Amino acid sequence: MRLRSAALPASDVFQANRAAHLAALREIAEAAALAAAGGGEAARARHVARGKMLPRERVANLLDPGSPFLEIGATAAHGLYDGAAPCAGAIAGIGRVEGLEVMVLANDATVKGGTYYPMTVKKHLRAQEIAAECHLPCIYLVDSGGANLPNQDEVFPDRDHFGRIFYNQAQMSAAGIPQIAVVMGSCTAGGAYVPAMSDVTVIVRDQGTIFLAGPPLVKAATGEVVSAEDLGGGDVHTRLSGVADYLAEDDAHALALARRAVRHLNRDRPATVRWETPEDPAFDPQEILGVVPADLRTPYDIREVIARIVDGSRFDEFKPRFGETLVTGFAHVMGCPVGIVANNGVIFSEAAQKGAHFIELCAQRGTPLVFLQNVTGFMVGRKYENEGIARHGAKMVTAVATAAVPKITMLVGGSFGAGNYGMAGRAYSPRFLWTWPNSRISVMGGEQAAGVLATVKRDAIERAGGTWTPEDEAAFKRPTIEMFAEQSHPLYASARLWDDGIVDPRKSRVVLALSLSAALNAPIPETRFGVFRM
Amino acid sequence: MFRKILIANRGEIACRVIATARRLGIATVAVHSTADARAAHVALADEAVAIGPPAPADSYLRADRIIEAALQTGAEAIHPGYGFLSENPDFVDAVEAAGLTFIGPSADAIRAMGLKDAAKALMEQAGVPVVPGYHGANQDDAHLEGAAEAIGWPVLIKAVAGGGGKGMRKVARPADFAAALASARSEARAAFGNDAVLIEKLIEAPRHIEVQVFGDGTDAVHLFERDCSLQRRHQKVIEEAPAPGMTPEMRAAMGEAAVRAARAIGYRGAGTVEFIVDGSDGLRPDRFWFMEMNTRLQVEHPVTEAVTGLDLVEWQLRVAAGEGLPLTQDRIPLAGHAFEARLYAEDVPAGFLPATGTLAHLAFPPGIRADTGVRTGDTISPWYDPMIAKIVAHGPTRAVALNRLARALDDTQVAGTTTNLAFLGRLARHAGFARGEVDTGLIERDIESLAESPPPVRAVEAAALLEAASPPDGPLAGFTLWAPLRRAVTLGRDGDEVTGSLLFDGPDRATVEIGEAVLEARRDSGGWRIDGALPGVVLRAGGAIHVFAGAQGTFSFTPVDPLDRATAAGAGADVIEAPMPGLLKALTVAVGDRVAAGQPLAVLEAMKMEHTLAAPREGVVAEVLAAPGAQVEAGVALVRLQPEGDDA
Repeated sequence: MRLRSAALPASDVFQANRAAHLAALREIAEAAALAAAGGGEAARARHVARGKMLPRERVANLLDPGSPFLEIGATAAHGLYDGAAPCAGAIAGIGRVEGLEVMVLANDATVKGGTYYPMTVKKHLRAQEIAAECHLPCIYLVDSGGANLPNQDEVFPDRDHFGRIFYNQAQMSAAGIPQIAVVMGSCTAGGAYVPAMSDVTVIVRDQGTIFLAGPPLVKAATGEVVSAEDLGGGDVHTRLSGVADYLAEDDAHALALARRAVRHLNRDRPATVRWETPEDPAFDPQEILGVVPADLRTPYDIREVIARIVDGSRFDEFKPRFGETLVTGFAHVMGCPVGIVANNGVIFSEAAQKGAHFIELCAQRGTPLVFLQNVTGFMVGRKYENEGIARHGAKMVTAVATAAVPKITMLVGGSFGAGNYGMAGRAYSPRFLWTWPNSRISVMGGEQAAGVLATVKRDAIERAGGTWTPEDEAAFKRPTIEMFAEQSHPLYASARLWDDGIVDPRKSRVVLALSLSAALNAPIPETRFGVFRM
Repeated sequence: MFRKILIANRGEIACRVIATARRLGIATVAVHSTADARAAHVALADEAVAIGPPAPADSYLRADRIIEAALQTGAEAIHPGYGFLSENPDFVDAVEAAGLTFIGPSADAIRAMGLKDAAKALMEQAGVPVVPGYHGANQDDAHLEGAAEAIGWPVLIKAVAGGGGKGMRKVARPADFAAALASARSEARAAFGNDAVLIEKLIEAPRHIEVQVFGDGTDAVHLFERDCSLQRRHQKVIEEAPAPGMTPEMRAAMGEAAVRAARAIGYRGAGTVEFIVDGSDGLRPDRFWFMEMNTRLQVEHPVTEAVTGLDLVEWQLRVAAGEGLPLTQDRIPLAGHAFEARLYAEDVPAGFLPATGTLAHLAFPPGIRADTGVRTGDTISPWYDPMIAKIVAHGPTRAVALNRLARALDDTQVAGTTTNLAFLGRLARHAGFARGEVDTGLIERDIESLAESPPPVRAVEAAALLEAASPPDGPLAGFTLWAPLRRAVTLGRDGDEVTGSLLFDGPDRATVEIGEAVLEARRDSGGWRIDGALPGVVLRAGGAIHVFAGAQGTFSFTPVDPLDRATAAGAGADVIEAPMPGLLKALTVAVGDRVAAGQPLAVLEAMKMEHTLAAPREGVVAEVLAAPGAQVEAGVALVRLQPEGDDA
């Protein structure tokens, strides 16, 4: 059934919403531009002067012309390390090479020599996690000095630190997920294992070097004086050591060799879902900025968003009359069948049961799930606790956690408390998690958190016989409110890779389509649900 | 009327004749050389007979095989087209001796017009004005110079048996006469085996105006004139009808003279009487002179068809079949103006050198007559005339017809070979030509501006780069979350490289950076608009990208494959080592020898095989480190080259 829309694009409300969203978008676009500029003009000029392509240009020239590029962590490390690691010093994303979707990870040597900050490691591992889950061949465009030494404690020792990169390479290679490395610059120490652990490795003459210890360390250790090129240059590694397989004359040549390597992977995506011919939504996705209120506290009908995301604005709504604060139903996104779970307010017991039922349906049918999150949480209060909302919520969380179909989550508004769990938050390992600039994420709202803390404090003061003026209370609450405001902001979240990136809401449909397409490179396994607390 | 005819020709004229024959219900037989087995005329004909190897002398000039083909297939008549055997009286005799009909004049008529001096004498007798000149048999040098003196300087020396400008010399002063005569003679001897010459008055501001005639053996009519003054070295380039500035009196006088000429030789079929006209003072009935008569259908006959609405091949067939002339003189219409431009595979800036190649693409605009004998995929071979097509535009006035011609040339698309298309386009827009100021020297005078081939503008390069990056259609193309990615693209053009950066912002928007230039591209139903304008039609064919940029020309780019870069295995290594243990059988170089890449340096016998060790790069031998007969271990250095750069 085709959805209807109550939106009035000419109205003041619509225009005000739009203006507020555009302002929020500008802030994100500026952060993204800062990240894309890497280590700044001087570093970029030095890089180019050495005959090397800039990392984003490398990515573009690796991909098929005009290929969509679904970037992961485009504003990672934003505001971290005093701004020293724009984009976390590496570009990650999914693009197409020879028609095949691949995960690309490119070090940005203009950012501190491409060394790995903690967020660089996290981003690299996240890219590998996506690749492993989606069975995407990995292409590493290596140009990195290895671990960032001042941050070694946050980079080296733990499970999800540097060593995990090579563990992942070995595991993926074992799982038949191709690993291809193009050495376009340094590849030192632990970094040497990226090419060494790859199935196929290309190295650029006079640019790429691979060694466990660079010339200074060699000299210190054994007194041997040797040039970088003689120690581990392209000629050495393709002729003598066999660490690399193909010698490239320059970046363009190297990328072409990598493309050729992909051409010979002999891979195809498995049959999973029944694709239909894509169709534009009946309502313009551009209007999303006008139909979604600027203020998170203003309720609105999530179907206005669904109508601007799904094919033909057609939505087969499931159980529309039951548990109405959760909207569930079937649709197609650019031809891909999906089950949509979306919030239309706080989650009640009925809504949670309906959500669990619907997720079970989708898992049964092998239909990918899309979660549109705008949730303040599960309903609270005696009536609800007594009727067992925790039990019903647990059913939904169990279903979300164990459904084996691809899950894509998009934060289109608030993501608070246990609502985040029931709606496939990061902890529930959705294949991808995207956020809108207006979204906010925290354990609860800042006002509520400050209120909880103030209540505890007031009780203590009053127990001691003191009084607490409203002014004092407000002053007490302000830091908490401010902290929550800062930490719930999508740029704060994305900087820490709590998500895969911030999305222009008007591009949601394409982002969902690309996410689904990437996810469907892997077969959909059978779901085995946990025990539902009935 | 005939039931079946054979066309003893190829290319566009064969196709042209087949088209009319088909319209009249006549079956057709094509003949072809082995090179033409897949040619258009063979595909169009009802039957086809192979008559020999590619060289014309072994195929299209083989009268015996052609007549045999006609007899074999039951053709009743042979249409000769133009060129090849069309004006060969012996062929006509042979055709008729075989009991077949020759679609054209009698052998006698061809012979009468075949030798220029005899033809002129004949015309003089018939009262047709001829250029003052000497056409006598006395070929004595002094006598010829005396004749030139009598005619008055400047004069033109022409080979009696000549054509196509061969054996022709202009002489302005008596002092130059002897040398010019000698060189004209030697050229005539080489070209025609006959070094007899004639002397004519050289006409300043000459115009070439010809009259189309048609005879039925006794009576004759004319179908008005054509002006063929736009010539390059006596090759017609653009023809038109009527002649600019033609007056009713002049037309009547020329038409009458041409009909008189045709009647004088009992002409049958289509023929053309060429006149030279002194255009220095407008067209005047007393300033035209007979040059020669072409006893065949002319290449440029379509302009006459355009202004008369008649089909000259139909007339040829009807008259040859024994009918009288289809129309009397007063019933022949004349309406509007027409142009024909000859599209050739030739390199204009290189001096109109004939070009060859496979047509990766060939398309003509709708609503225009384009007579062609080739299609996309066909080859312009060195064996035959490199004409690709004749583009014919008709309009109610000369100005409209010329506009249409210019537009038609802009919209004609040829890829895969060099052509004179841009040259024709510039000619069609030549201001003097537009004013009707035509003479045979126009092209030569303005050749520099007409033949120039300016490099492509940035927008054309941008269009080619966009096509090279060929963003697929669809909503996902060019998608990025935030800022677009910058992609470098390199194309080759005429040995140069064009490099640009493309930034796709969604499927239909892109920024193209070429050097300092930044161009905005938007895609709509017309294709990519660069800074708001369509730079041309962009097409990928034959492994190249072609931009048909209208009047600016056609620009072809070839994608540069980064994989084509040669990575010489081991290049950069100065030392040639033994790859395995073995016996050094030979060492072929000495210190100081300059060696080429790949040149054998030593032979190593190992594992029952002889391994040749070759130079990894060009260079100079710095050291020879082993002697023949030595047993060497793997990795032993045998020869060292001087480091690169030190061997200057």
